[in-house]
Amino acid sequence: MSPDLLKLIFGRLTIESLPLHEPIVVGTFAVVATGGLVMFAGLTYFRVWGYLWREWFTSVDHKRIGIMYMILGIVMLLRGFADALMMRLQQALAFGGSEGYLNAHHYDQVFTAHGVIMIFFVAMPLVTGLMNFVVPLQIGARDVSFPFLNNFSFWMTVGGAVLVMASLFIGEFARTGWLAYPPLSNIGYSPDVGVDYYIWGLQVAGVGTTLSGINLICTIVKLRAPGMTMMRMPVFTWTSLCTNVLIVASFPVLTVVLALLSLDRYVGTNFFTNDFGGSPMMYVNLIWIWGHPEVYILVLPAFGIFSEVTSTFSGKRLFGYTSMVYATVVITILSYLVWLHHFFTMGSGASVNSFFGITTMIISIPTGAKMFNWLFTMYRGRIRFELPMMWTIAFMLTFVLGGMTGVLLAVPPADFVLHNSLFLIAHFHNVIIGGVVFGAFAGIGYWFPKAFGFKLDPFWGKLSFWFWVTGFYLAFMPLYVLGLMGVTRRLRVFDDPSLQIWFIVAGIGAFLVFLGILSMLMQFAVSFLKREQLKDVTGDPWDARTLEWATSSPPPAYNFAFTPVVHDNDAWWDMKKRGYVRPLLGFKPIHMPSNTGTGIILAGFATAMGFGLIWYMWWLAAASFIALLAVGIGHTFNYHRDFDIPADEVIRTEDARTKLLAGAK
Amino acid sequence: MPTARRVPGNLDLSGATFRTATLDKLSNVRIAAPQLPLGPAKETHSHKAQPVSRLKILALLPLAVALSGCNYIVLAPAGDIAAQQRDLVIISTVLMLLIVVPVMALTVLFAWRYRQTNTSARYEPDWDHSTKLELVIWSAPLLIIVCLGALTWMGTHLLDPYRTLGRINADRAVDQSRAPLEVDVVALDWKWLFIYPDYGIATVNELAAPVDRPINFRITASSVMNSFYIPALAGQIYAMPGMETKLHAVVNHSGTYKGFSANYSGAGFSGMHFAFHALDDKGFDGWIAGAKSAGSTLGRAEYLQLEKPSQNEPVRRYGTIDSDLYRLILNMCVETGKMCQSEMMAIDAKGGLGHEGLNNTLPLAYDKYARRGTALGGEPTFVAGTCTPEAPQGQTTAAIKAPLDTAPLLGAGLKRPTFAPLKSSSFFFGQFPKSDS
Amino acid sequence: MTIAVNPTQSGEPIFYLADEHPHPEGWSTSLGFWIYLMSDCLIFAILFATFGVLGGNYAAGPAPKDLFDLSLVAVNTSMLLLSSITYGFAMLTMAQNRIGATQMWLAVTGLFGLAFIGIELTEFAHMIHEGATPQRSAFLSAFFTLVGTHGLHVSCGLIWLVTLMVQVWKFGLIEANRRRLMCLSMFWHFLDVVWIGVFTFVYLLGVLR
Repeated sequence: MSPDLLKLIFGRLTIESLPLHEPIVVGTFAVVATGGLVMFAGLTYFRVWGYLWREWFTSVDHKRIGIMYMILGIVMLLRGFADALMMRLQQALAFGGSEGYLNAHHYDQVFTAHGVIMIFFVAMPLVTGLMNFVVPLQIGARDVSFPFLNNFSFWMTVGGAVLVMASLFIGEFARTGWLAYPPLSNIGYSPDVGVDYYIWGLQVAGVGTTLSGINLICTIVKLRAPGMTMMRMPVFTWTSLCTNVLIVASFPVLTVVLALLSLDRYVGTNFFTNDFGGSPMMYVNLIWIWGHPEVYILVLPAFGIFSEVTSTFSGKRLFGYTSMVYATVVITILSYLVWLHHFFTMGSGASVNSFFGITTMIISIPTGAKMFNWLFTMYRGRIRFELPMMWTIAFMLTFVLGGMTGVLLAVPPADFVLHNSLFLIAHFHNVIIGGVVFGAFAGIGYWFPKAFGFKLDPFWGKLSFWFWVTGFYLAFMPLYVLGLMGVTRRLRVFDDPSLQIWFIVAGIGAFLVFLGILSMLMQFAVSFLKREQLKDVTGDPWDARTLEWATSSPPPAYNFAFTPVVHDNDAWWDMKKRGYVRPLLGFKPIHMPSNTGTGIILAGFATAMGFGLIWYMWWLAAASFIALLAVGIGHTFNYHRDFDIPADEVIRTEDARTKLLAGAK
Repeated sequence: MPTARRVPGNLDLSGATFRTATLDKLSNVRIAAPQLPLGPAKETHSHKAQPVSRLKILALLPLAVALSGCNYIVLAPAGDIAAQQRDLVIISTVLMLLIVVPVMALTVLFAWRYRQTNTSARYEPDWDHSTKLELVIWSAPLLIIVCLGALTWMGTHLLDPYRTLGRINADRAVDQSRAPLEVDVVALDWKWLFIYPDYGIATVNELAAPVDRPINFRITASSVMNSFYIPALAGQIYAMPGMETKLHAVVNHSGTYKGFSANYSGAGFSGMHFAFHALDDKGFDGWIAGAKSAGSTLGRAEYLQLEKPSQNEPVRRYGTIDSDLYRLILNMCVETGKMCQSEMMAIDAKGGLGHEGLNNTLPLAYDKYARRGTALGGEPTFVAGTCTPEAPQGQTTAAIKAPLDTAPLLGAGLKRPTFAPLKSSSFFFGQFPKSDS
Repeated sequence: MTIAVNPTQSGEPIFYLADEHPHPEGWSTSLGFWIYLMSDCLIFAILFATFGVLGGNYAAGPAPKDLFDLSLVAVNTSMLLLSSITYGFAMLTMAQNRIGATQMWLAVTGLFGLAFIGIELTEFAHMIHEGATPQRSAFLSAFFTLVGTHGLHVSCGLIWLVTLMVQVWKFGLIEANRRRLMCLSMFWHFLDVVWIGVFTFVYLLGVLR
């Protein structure tokens, strides 16, 4: 074939784009491909494809979508963590003239991919998954406001993840750091496909995130059970509401800033170029206007989880509900007024710097108040140290440290000496692992029985907990120390041999965390095998307080046979206390949304379009775009998107539960 | 054109000297005291946190070892500015420990005391509000933040990198009769260029300054963003293409210290470090003389060669330089025929060049590094200069004058903050060179 | 929605609704669409901010006063404003259940929209032909992106309009179609408001600059 034709079909993609000369990547690909093939064969052999497609991929049930988000987050955690291990190993080795085992081309991709994956495809799916699963149950709703959109949002997130993963084997990923500052990320300095993978991965996933934000806001505002006023919403619902407001009010900024960067890269405009009047620093401002709220998008739901867990396992009402809510709202608003603290060193005037420094510190006031509220929830309680509670205690001890170093970094002159150093790295891992990750794990442990009807195995859970906590401290305390020695981030080789010991300690810490992740996977496997022993038939294994525990575990597709009526913040606790009797008669048909494959198809076309744009395969991009439009419009011609679950089926489901409950007694 | 190669001699030397310099410094009386509480103070509390703490103590063991002999350059710097920044780090940490320590202690205490098995503890499942307590938990952090906020406001203004120095160290005001050392810093891919305009020399990857003489850095970059950082001397500031940042600092102890880029800038980033020699006056004069005798020249053509990306560059010295070079680099018009930024901004301020200006672009005559066309756009071009490149010297960003005062972190002589509207361009996007042409 | 949540006469609290009605279809749609519009508004806000920052960086090239033909833009603006009015007529006739008139007004709206896009494309083509391309300066990049994004929205609105006309023709003014027409109406007026911002800040203030 002529080169012109090849170029027309494959764009920039050539055989050289495949990393066949890289043994590490080829090895990884072999493992992934074998694993994938085995799984594919297994699924085909056991004929579960149809089941997966009908019951999961096309499902509009918020519970299933939530679970799929969690699975995505955990799978991507493995990839992101593999990157972390590679970095730790490189930095532990590359001393005294040694180049380590990764060249700059690889190492720079590894740390970029680590950041992008951990934030966008681990933390976000874990948080969104928990919100998706829990919020409708907690407010006594049957599903979210826009169930089809929910499915679509999930598959768009998967599409973004697929693009980022594809960069591992086809071409390469960005070598710019996780926020891709120009001019480095502009076409002049990053001419290859890496930054394009970055852009389109995030754009595709970003659409999903924004839509799911809109969806959950509507759900919380419009679908609360009667009696649940705003000030009677569970705290997790409150923090979810604030998080989704933040999503809707910040992700469009990311969309625009990435769109402008892609215009620079594809069309040659001059937004962030050095020449022709462009301003690279505008990118830095804009991306942090999204980036700082993003931090709170992740951590607010974690705060909500800790509130639920503390109050449940202390057997006590949450202390200071009102101030908790106000603290959340204040954090939401303030998070838009602090973005410049990420670049005090840009040389803005002292007044600008101190303004942003002080607003940042002010955020620590409501955060501190929250901390005290959890403390006084424990005070005069009866604390059960189940796993979720252990994660919460670990969070409280770890997070205050991270908060303290964060406020320290908000003092501009202190930031001048600590900015971009490993101290900064230690700080944000301290708050993200100590806050978001511990929170997600507490949430998984807490709501797992609700999702699957059996508890998680405590032995492997505790093992995982201790590996994680000690591993975290071992991995990141040395980085604080190194930061105070003036060691900067993203270095690939070092020449001061006295630093090596710290990197080795940090590497051991990372390895312990790795064992923690393995124990967690073990925990899932063991719990599944021991599911009969760990079974919970009551639907309320923790003697909990909020509405989600009022229904069975796992909940039926319709969540509640009758819509509950709420009289108290702790609605379910109130029902239990005042002698609520589960209704056994009078069931009616329930109106529910039907499943649809449109979401996954649309997301598939969007991903293909991204791939086409990355590789300059214009025909693919255009064809996918047209298909996207056609399928989207076609979908609007379907006016029958709901069905009724017949009363008989509701009666059957509820009777089965009645029998189970009777058996338990 | 020297391409990427490692120079082991250079690295060995620097490694060794850094080490000795630090040890000398640690034995110096001035430092040791205040920084020690930092690490251990917060850690002791974290490890009584939970029954697990034994493992955490293990984790912290290296910390104790480290504090005895390691190079905490940020906590034990050699320059007055960095020392004041260090003081702020420590004061803020101590202030916050006032609240962090009680919180951690209470967490452990409550978790232990109200455990399920302790049936003797009070249990009040419905107690969920106490106005007094709420007042305390909101006002305690508020008070700390008020103190810290005041400290931040003062500290940020006093340690503003744009502000000239008022003192040499805690006991000595600046000697007015002695002019500060001017150094122009350019971050290149991936090495540092230092120009000494007063001495007419330039160096690559080596910086020297006399002890106790204020240094005024003007900082820019050739292509992408870097951050100029010598931990022993003063905090960092970004080096950005087409823009200028400033740093005022002074070094108080002789020795050789490490300087580097603190902002990732691409493949050669790891090797982008240099040695900073703090010399006595005689040593500095000797160093200058040595550079002068180096013979080689840095003009526009040589600069364009030097600017091309290369990694792990050895030290280089230029005895003679083009005196206008820094201005041309800052204005991105070292190449012949290119319009300078200052000129462009002056034209833009007057409303552009109209239709005549539309076609005032030239295709790139030669392949300057990293200028490529885009898939859907056109070929790379640049705006052609309309007058000679020897345009009048563009005035660069203004510095803020400091009073001559040795008192640490006091606002004496500091101007009241003005709330006059700032120019939008300098507000968020750093300060651009201003032009009077 | 008012549902008694207080204890009944007998003092027994009600914990569930024995007799409930599902939320009507489209219960959350208008709130959801408003939130979507606000997020879209943010996109324009950032583009306006970008234009605000870069709008004076002509790179020694042409400034707005050299490029903009205000009379053409005034015609263009009137096209869009008229289309908003005719959309309003479409909504009024929809309220009276007059399918034919609704379709007619929708078609008129679409024609005005098309005229708007046509004039805008002519303007762009003219500028690019002169050499004032988006690549020439940061000002032109910001201009083309802001105005182009608005134009892209109007084009999407047109596709949506045609789709809705087909749906009204096929299924009549059923509840779902009324809701959709309502959403498009909000979208269309929203774009009108954004255009007034563009007209004022980009064109009028640009020429005065």
